[in-house]
Amino acid sequence: MIQVQYFARYREALGCEGEQLEGAYASVDQLRRQLVARGGAWQVLDETRLMCARNQELCRLDEPLAEGDEVAFFPPVTGG
Amino acid sequence: MAIRVQQQGFDPGRELNALHAANLGIGAVASFVGYVRDFNEGQTVSGMYLEHAPGMTEKALEKIAVEAAARWSLLQVEVLHRVGRLEPGEPIVFVGVASAHRAAAFEACEFIMDYLKTRAPFWKKEDTAEGSRWVEGRDSDLAAAERW
Repeated sequence: MIQVQYFARYREALGCEGEQLEGAYASVDQLRRQLVARGGAWQVLDETRLMCARNQELCRLDEPLAEGDEVAFFPPVTGG
Repeated sequence: MAIRVQQQGFDPGRELNALHAANLGIGAVASFVGYVRDFNEGQTVSGMYLEHAPGMTEKALEKIAVEAAARWSLLQVEVLHRVGRLEPGEPIVFVGVASAHRAAAFEACEFIMDYLKTRAPFWKKEDTAEGSRWVEGRDSDLAAAERW
């Protein structure tokens, strides 16, 4: 099981704060591509500037995933 | 090292004085304060909402402060960032860095802000006359962070 979270503009576009996904994913990107394949609003996760985190740390899309991991997808950060 | 993410407002002057009071070996304090503007991208801004990722945001700020302390010889670091509802004129962020001499404080303060802008999970949503809109990330911020 992977816990997925969406933040800011993505959370609004998807109408969803997060979800739990069954199954095994080799990488954050494989998980992301499966979500994009849902079509419609989910294509927002195909944006080139998408950012992601694994277990609360920023990571690259090729970051490997393991059972029980927490993944987050979000648009470029705009704090400060 | 102090990392705080909070809804309530703060007094930058008080934060600055507290940093210096902590250690008489401190010879230099550099700080940055970011404020909510009333105008952005051609429109009047009446307020904003700052979203964050509880847990992840604090960890990201701590990692940035730890990296600054590894690169420069620092005596104190404080990063304070507000979340939730903010009005124009209110301070959003305070970064204060104390060291024995000025170069380390100046550089570390700028480094922390550049990294915060591109690596800390915060998102601004501005209120304008035409409704609310998410602020988009800027390429110039990415370029600033690349320097280090």
